[in-house]
Amino acid sequence: MSAAEAPPAARETFTAPENLERRKFADSTFVFWGLLATTIGLAVLASLVTGLFLRAQGKLTPEFFLSFPSPDAATAGILSAWVGSILVIVTTALIAIPLGVMAAIYLEEYAPKNPVTDVIEITVNNLAGVPSIVYGLLGLGLFVYQFKMGQTVLTAGLTLALLILPVIIVATREAVRGVPQGIREAALSVGATKWQTTSHHVLPYATPGVVTGVIIGLSRALGETAPLIVIGVPTFVAFLPFIGPGDVGMPVYDEAGNEHILTSGDMLASWMPFGDQGWLNQLFTVMPMQMFNWTGRPEAEFQQNAAAAGIVLLIITLLLNGTAIWLRYRMRKKIRW
Amino acid sequence: MTITLRTFGKAAAIAASALAIFGFSSAAHAQASRGVFTIISDGSSTVYPITEAAAGGYQASMGGRVRVTVGESGTGGGFRKFCRGETDVQNASRPITASEMAACATSGVQYVEVPIAFDALSVVVNPANPLKEISLADLRKIWQPQAQGRLTNWKQLGPNYPDLPLTLYGPGTASGTFDYFTEAVVGVAKSSRTDYTPSEDDNILVQGVAGDKGALGYFGMAYYEQNKTKVRALAVNAGQGPVYPTADAVKAGKYVPLARPVFIYVNVASLKKKPVADFVTHYLTNASTYVTKTGYVPLPANAYAVYQQRVTKREAGTAFGGKADIGASIEEVLGRKLVKTVQQ
Repeated sequence: MSAAEAPPAARETFTAPENLERRKFADSTFVFWGLLATTIGLAVLASLVTGLFLRAQGKLTPEFFLSFPSPDAATAGILSAWVGSILVIVTTALIAIPLGVMAAIYLEEYAPKNPVTDVIEITVNNLAGVPSIVYGLLGLGLFVYQFKMGQTVLTAGLTLALLILPVIIVATREAVRGVPQGIREAALSVGATKWQTTSHHVLPYATPGVVTGVIIGLSRALGETAPLIVIGVPTFVAFLPFIGPGDVGMPVYDEAGNEHILTSGDMLASWMPFGDQGWLNQLFTVMPMQMFNWTGRPEAEFQQNAAAAGIVLLIITLLLNGTAIWLRYRMRKKIRW
Repeated sequence: MTITLRTFGKAAAIAASALAIFGFSSAAHAQASRGVFTIISDGSSTVYPITEAAAGGYQASMGGRVRVTVGESGTGGGFRKFCRGETDVQNASRPITASEMAACATSGVQYVEVPIAFDALSVVVNPANPLKEISLADLRKIWQPQAQGRLTNWKQLGPNYPDLPLTLYGPGTASGTFDYFTEAVVGVAKSSRTDYTPSEDDNILVQGVAGDKGALGYFGMAYYEQNKTKVRALAVNAGQGPVYPTADAVKAGKYVPLARPVFIYVNVASLKKKPVADFVTHYLTNASTYVTKTGYVPLPANAYAVYQQRVTKREAGTAFGGKADIGASIEEVLGRKLVKTVQQ
């Protein structure tokens, strides 16, 4: 019974904490400002997207996706641009993800703690903040002038991969650091090697975080214009890197300027990534460059095209992010600590 | 642990080895190679729409046998590539400069110079401004560096001018249009007051002038043609009476000094290849169509014929001797001797 009588006694001695009113007021003030900040951000985004949709009205037709650019705004499309963007982003991902993740794992799990590692760490963090145009200069000097690779999909992929490498490294390191130390110790204690510990335990748990870094990096690469302009990527490209089955038998001029009949061998070669005729070594353009060109044109119809291209770019980014978020969700579900 | 990283490891291994492979493969080739002949053009964004029209027209007429790309890294950036022999056709909003001539000479790049159209710079005001014309002298008073912060109301120019605050809009300092306007109006290239609103995007300048009662701006005629309801062009009086920026006035050589020729430069080595020669011929044959369609003013028909001959004969050199040459007439330029090296 004494236990039942105790609470009233406690209530009697209860005194309101000092400044309760003021602290509660501060609390609700913060909620108000936080809500306002969120609303401003969302409202700007909503008006931007609405504006794009209003200006693009009637332009998002199948023809827009299946036509090449043209000086005639009504018939101009984004075929070469969206194909180019996707090829470049795939190349960028294939180069940047393995390099970035491997570098991050080395730095986090294997590298000895010494001044050299510290310098590398600081440098990588700084590189994440270097303006993209600087990477364009690097790509121009290294891949175009030094290795004479031309303004190809591969050159752009390598340049953009360098651009997003620091972002992926930093994100991966954060994710790897977040894996509890106990997991490593448990694996090592039953005789796993460091690589087994890393590949079987640390990396799978870190993957959701890695994926977040990859999303941020690739989204950035997808929207980049400046480094590609510096490399010398053309804006007007009215062809695809691929030779279609319908083109076999078509007479063309080859590189040397001689007449040549396209063969099925040429077609196959153009669908392979490597080799002279492979798509990695072809000229291309990308969505943001096409958009940038259209926004600067005098004819108002081109502004409509630019808005429509903006929406498509937005959708590509959302699809990319959506896939990554879905992957992350699936991976998180599988994790059993 | 339910996720195995086997697939991830494989992917990483493949990507790493792939990297090594294309590292080698690309080092093995001197130039990125393409199955189908590709003509590469780059340079001025002012000339871009005309060359884009020609490129699209030529590709279509060839049924895809030849490819043409057009870049827009600017006249200066384009010449750097052109003089390294990386591009076949260079779009330029001004003649080649002495230093660019030297760069081309060093690497052995010879070129045929072809003026392809006229671009007239329109001087525009807000429709609410009652002003109809302006003299070149008054334009100089407005834009010269000494006017900075001092000339801030139209009425300071004289009793004929309205009592409106003067606000200025113009292209950024990296633009070829800026170079030409300052040289033609102020007298020295790149010499301008800096208290104006600059933008590399002419559409922004249009919007700026359209929303500002006392505004004065200048940009390419194509942008004025498309925005006649938002801004009004002033007639410019360079001593021969007021002249509006119209195609007829430009063609007749009356809109001086604010009409300028824009060019393409064709690499002579590229011209020896049939597809490039065919492309330039197609460009020149249909030039007045392409030029008119994109809002520029075509040269007289006989000029295109003369330049076609020069292309066929591959007559290399520039008629401008590395200088900007304000207000030169195309007939006079046609008669000049071509030079390949800088005249000191």
